[in-house]
Amino acid sequence: MAKKPKPRVKAPKSASAGEVMEIKTLISHEMESGQRKDRATGELIPRQIINKFECKYNGEIVFSVDLHPAISANPYVAFYVTAEESGELEFIWHDDNGEIYTHSQELAVT
Amino acid sequence: MSKQMTAAGITRRHFIVTVGAGSAAAAALIAAGPAKADLAMVEESLSKLIGDATAEDGAEIIRLDLPQIAENGNTVPLGVSIDSPMTPDSYVRHLHVFADGNPRPDVVSFHFSPKSGLAEASTRMRLAQTQNIVAVAEMSDGKVYRTQAEVKVTIGGCGG
Repeated sequence: MAKKPKPRVKAPKSASAGEVMEIKTLISHEMESGQRKDRATGELIPRQIINKFECKYNGEIVFSVDLHPAISANPYVAFYVTAEESGELEFIWHDDNGEIYTHSQELAVT
Repeated sequence: MSKQMTAAGITRRHFIVTVGAGSAAAAALIAAGPAKADLAMVEESLSKLIGDATAEDGAEIIRLDLPQIAENGNTVPLGVSIDSPMTPDSYVRHLHVFADGNPRPDVVSFHFSPKSGLAEASTRMRLAQTQNIVAVAEMSDGKVYRTQAEVKVTIGGCGG
C-alpha cells in the first residue's frame, strides 16, 4: 500500500426529522484483487481489499456492505439514511490486513 | 487510397503486423488469465447466502442501474434500487450482486435496515469481460427476488 487509505464522506451536517439523506463515501485503497500477477516475478500479488463497510447512526448499524475483489479501486459507496435525532454518524472500513479506518461527523436534526 | 495511408504513416503491411501482434498478445493474456466464473458458480455463491429459498422474478421490483456498454471494465458504475416502503414491517434486508464472467462471481452485498429510508445504493465494480450481472434481493418477509442484466465490456478490468 503506497499511502494510508484516506476516507472521504459527503453527508449532510443538518437535516429535518424524517428526511432521507443521501450519503456518499469513498476511501483511497488499491483493492488488490489477488488475481493480478507481478510482471517481474510472475507470482500472484496477494489479495488486500476493504472487505466490509459499515455506517453507524448513534452507535447502531443502519447500513453495511460486504465488498469482494470485484469492487473497483478507491471503493465508492453511496446510500441513504433516515434522519431521526441529532447525533453522530460513524463510517467504518475494514481492511483485509485487520486495519480499521474510521470517519465520524455530527448530524444536527431539527 | 494507398497514398493516403502512406501519408498517415500507416502502410497495409504495417497495419497487419501491428494488429496481428496485438491479437496474439491478447489471446495469450486470455489463455494465461484466471478461470472465469459461470452461472453455476453464481448459483453456488447465491445458495451460500440465501440457503434453499426460491427466488421469484424480480424484474418489476429490482431496478439495476448499469451501463449497456462499459468502455473500461476497471470501473463500471453499479446502482440498485428496490421498491420497498422500508418500514420496520416491510423492508429489504439484503441485496446481493453477482457477475457470471469474472474470476469470482461475488461482487457486493448491501445490507439495509428500516433506517436506510430507501433501498437504494451504488458503487463501482470491475468486470473482466462482457457478462451478466445478477441481483438478488432478500426481503424482511423472507421473499427473495432476482433479476439480471447484461453489460458489454470493451476493455476488461482484471489487470494483467
